Amino acid sequence: MLSKRLRGRDVQVAVLKPERAPWRPARRSFGYKRTRLLLRVSFLLPAMLYIVFFFGYPLYYSVSVSLQHYDLYAEITGQAAFIGLKNYVIDVGDVVFSQAALQTLVFTVCSIIPQFLLGLGLALFFQRHFPLNRFLRSLMLLPWLLPLVVSGTLWRWLFDQTNGVIDQVLASLHLIPAHFGWLTTPGWALAAVAIANIWIGIPFNMVLLYSGLQGIDKEFYEAAAIDGAGIWQRFRHITLPLLRPVIGIVLILGLIYTLKIFDIIYVMTNGGPANATQTLATWSYNLSFTQQLFGQGAAVGNIILLISLIIALIYLKWSWRPAS
Amino acid sequence: MQSQLTERARTQRQISLKALALTLIGLVLTMALLFPLYWMVISSLETNQEIFRIPAPLVPAQITFSGYMSAFTTQIPNLVTSLIIALGTVVLSLLIATPAAYALAHFRMRLTVVVVFALLLTQMIPTVTLSTPMFLIFNKLYLLNSYFGLILADSTYAVPFDILIMSAYFQSLPYELVEAAFVDGTNEWGAFLRVMLPLGAAGIITAGLFAFLYAWGDFLYALTLTTTNTIQPISLSIYNYLGQYESQWNGVMAVATLSAIPAALLLIFFQRYITAGVTSGALKG
Repeated sequence: MLSKRLRGRDVQVAVLKPERAPWRPARRSFGYKRTRLLLRVSFLLPAMLYIVFFFGYPLYYSVSVSLQHYDLYAEITGQAAFIGLKNYVIDVGDVVFSQAALQTLVFTVCSIIPQFLLGLGLALFFQRHFPLNRFLRSLMLLPWLLPLVVSGTLWRWLFDQTNGVIDQVLASLHLIPAHFGWLTTPGWALAAVAIANIWIGIPFNMVLLYSGLQGIDKEFYEAAAIDGAGIWQRFRHITLPLLRPVIGIVLILGLIYTLKIFDIIYVMTNGGPANATQTLATWSYNLSFTQQLFGQGAAVGNIILLISLIIALIYLKWSWRPAS
Repeated sequence: MQSQLTERARTQRQISLKALALTLIGLVLTMALLFPLYWMVISSLETNQEIFRIPAPLVPAQITFSGYMSAFTTQIPNLVTSLIIALGTVVLSLLIATPAAYALAHFRMRLTVVVVFALLLTQMIPTVTLSTPMFLIFNKLYLLNSYFGLILADSTYAVPFDILIMSAYFQSLPYELVEAAFVDGTNEWGAFLRVMLPLGAAGIITAGLFAFLYAWGDFLYALTLTTTNTIQPISLSIYNYLGQYESQWNGVMAVATLSAIPAALLLIFFQRYITAGVTSGALKG
């Protein structure tokens, strides 16, 4: 099959451009083809080895550890008992797990929707032509390029209870009592973390949606304008349907990215107060590295991966459906 | 004739007024989005007394570098550590990713399909899922607390992304260029090194930039794959600094500003590449 395909390509080359291939032997020996195939495989070899050793093997290890009674003692002695799915049963039965799962869902939805809407608004605005457009657009990328720890630290300062600027502004408007403990009040802490995450995600959404909008043929709009379609109608009947594939990608990447958010939450609240900002990602870390229950931590990590894969599969099914 | 000219001048003036208004709105929007960053820089330049004044001044009355003094004295080694790890990740991930990206762009083999599928899968894997097994494996291999270990781990961010964006770039270069190089009797590797690498420089720069930013920003591997303070990337040391000097926000913000500088510099100098990378990595990958 493989050799047939290669031969097919060569025939094509030979037929289409006979004058360009005089240096090639008329008939290739088996040895020639094998050497060429090996040469070509050698381009992929480092990447394949890296993927196997740094994704494949850790994943295998993660699954195997999650099926063992693997704690610090087991790590030291090198002996861990096989306990089947018990780690998963313990994890899922834990109150903190269901709390973290629910908070992950809330955090994800509350991050993605505002991020997307604000990003879309900005992308639409920057479709207009004006001086500095390009410069301002790339400046706006900064929040997204910043190390997440920096953003987390920064937002912790902005939300600071004694002197945070957010507290000062809102308190001076009498919207909240002065010295409101954003990061120490359950409920509000999750909102604060989500706000920081929205800020980080806006540029990403904007850039992708902007390039999606740029890809829409201007003639559609001109035709619609001649037919007397208003701004909203044009947006509803031209922009949205044609932007659908890009919207799908933006949302799916946002979902997968938000699901694994760790740094911001860890820096801003460390999952607290009283697990009120614990998500599955921070909980997996907590089990593995704070409590040193590696088996249970790996199990939660595998559950997050499973959720990501399911989302990706749903997306693939959705995107392969012919657009109506 | 005269009226036509004034007519045109008037419409032009209208257009430029409209453009001016749009630019103003754009400026306001950008300033609103970047306000937290302004606040970070301002806070880093204030004295610790001024930082606690209520209401906080929008512009500091006096600028002091005391925050930076304390930040610099403690953070220089950690900045160097981060630089070593980030550059190491750039080199390693480009060595791995560049030939693979080229192969995915131009070779038709069954293997390429497998590799593309594997790459898409790797992008779904949360770092936190990898961190537990990576810690246990690295512990056995004596790779904890080492530059090399962190470079190997940080490359998990860069390798898949780099392959996908560079492959999109190599696809835009015609394979005929390589075939022409075969006249000289070079093999695939020779043609790749001599023809494709120079032509693909823009794609390689983009990939390298992102590898740098990923490794510079890494926190989770720095947190889990180090158990002592011998090697402490800046991301990890900000967190520790914050824990140690929670009330000295000017110092904390100075450290944060220092570690944000590479991202800002890269954005200024490589604006075009970064915008291209964000879109092509996500849309074509």
